[in-house]
Amino acid sequence: MSTQRDPRETFAHTAVDLLDEDRSVALVYAEISGQYFGQAERRHPDRVVNVGIREQLLVSVGAGLALTGLRPVVHTFTSFLVERPFEQVKLGFGHQDVGGVLVSVGGSYDLASAGRTHQGPGDVALLDTLPGFTIWTPGHADEVEQAVRSAVAGSGRHYVRVVAQQNSRAYDVQPGRFTVVRRGRAGAVVAVGPMLDPVLEATADRDVTVLYAGAVRPFDAATLRAVLDAGVTTDVVLVEPYLAGTSSRLVADALRDRPHRLLALGVGREELRHYGTASEHAAAHGLDAAGLRRSLDAFLGRRAA
Amino acid sequence: MTTTHMPPTPTEAGGPTYGYDDLPALMSLMTGDEKHDSAATSTLDVLWVLYDGVLDVTPATVDDPGRDRFLLSKGHGPMAYYAVLAAKGFIPVEWLPRWGTFDSPLGHHPDHVLVPGVEISSGSLGHGFPIAVGTAIGLRAQGLDSRTVVLVGDAELDEGSNHEAVELATALGLKNLTVVVVDNRSATWNRPGLIAGRFEVEGWHTTVVDGRDHSALAAALRDRPGRPSVVVAEVEDKR
Repeated sequence: MSTQRDPRETFAHTAVDLLDEDRSVALVYAEISGQYFGQAERRHPDRVVNVGIREQLLVSVGAGLALTGLRPVVHTFTSFLVERPFEQVKLGFGHQDVGGVLVSVGGSYDLASAGRTHQGPGDVALLDTLPGFTIWTPGHADEVEQAVRSAVAGSGRHYVRVVAQQNSRAYDVQPGRFTVVRRGRAGAVVAVGPMLDPVLEATADRDVTVLYAGAVRPFDAATLRAVLDAGVTTDVVLVEPYLAGTSSRLVADALRDRPHRLLALGVGREELRHYGTASEHAAAHGLDAAGLRRSLDAFLGRRAA
Repeated sequence: MTTTHMPPTPTEAGGPTYGYDDLPALMSLMTGDEKHDSAATSTLDVLWVLYDGVLDVTPATVDDPGRDRFLLSKGHGPMAYYAVLAAKGFIPVEWLPRWGTFDSPLGHHPDHVLVPGVEISSGSLGHGFPIAVGTAIGLRAQGLDSRTVVLVGDAELDEGSNHEAVELATALGLKNLTVVVVDNRSATWNRPGLIAGRFEVEGWHTTVVDGRDHSALAAALRDRPGRPSVVVAEVEDKR
């Protein structure tokens, strides 16, 4: 693990490389992560903009840049990128129908000791109320680089959710395509982003399929159906590193013609009102391997193998 | 201005030509009124002056990267806007009578996806000015000399998002950005001189003009003083 790159630094370095490589790329940020962008700002003063602590403006400036044909990367902490300026995201990008790449850091509880104000477990659920967002949930620094590069090179609206927790290996992540990490017959577990390693540990002795979602929108209903078709049960477990149940409706839609059972795991709706570390918060939400095992035992029976 | 003129019929030379005096009749195609109250026409003179002699944009250049941008941030009451766009040939006059109906591209707030020449979709207050800051940055970053002009209402400035934009525009030296505030004193907590004073203290070039005086408006709006500029266009009180 010590040789792994840091996901947030990887985002920043990738964004800086893209600014150097492509004159149509612009970066807008709001103080956060400024420690990485100083040199790029001096090299590209017209295309790197720190708006200060002004997050409504952050998103609207990104939209304005897009209206002139530039490809904006818009960045701050999760709660200040998606929640505080949500209407700017809805109208500036969605209603104007322009593209851009929103990149958040902090996720649900990277800033555990900072408390609720700096935690954004509802981000994917909120963006789900808008049409057309591709949502990347990289679980490894290498996937962060791939996500940011792909999103910037592409068109349309993208959200890249960069979090500190990483899996031990990276996958080739493509939106709309889940990776089959392990095949089994007694149901399927969909592990989103950094939830893969704890899911693999918690399911090591179970005969379940494990799907990996390094990008969660579009939701890969076809692969989910295919792996269930090959098994003997239609039990589905979602393990998401943000608000529990965010993707439940998509599982229900994917399996609307098939009787099935669903367990949706993720960050709880209630505030913890605890500080501490991200791993303590993961455990408190039952998203470490031990917590996942308890939930799987209750749902699938103590041992499906 | 209350005299009703019928829109001219098409000429053999091409499309019909419309003048300022035709705008009330064009608006009447939407409202059915012979006479429009001052709220409906608060933006009319500013819009006419902009499109008649300030902005470098025509129906032929609505997709030209180097065109001037006009962003109507105050999207409600867009009859005057549609009338000017029709008069200048951006949209067909035939679109006007059915505005607001299900299949019409013309809503009670404009949608830039549906209407040629409309740069932003607006309606929710406090979005257009911050977007205009981004547009001005984007044009400058691409080496384009185009201007961005954004129209806001005085009450729209209640929205705090505008004040984020006021501050950044001078910090970045956006001399290609002009804000037009149409001031009909509709803000509940308005005080005389407050609007211009706020911009001035943030370093904007500030001009206050009679919002019905075309030559004064044209002079103020054509001016490019080398820093962000605001033109406060005062019109009759809303109430």
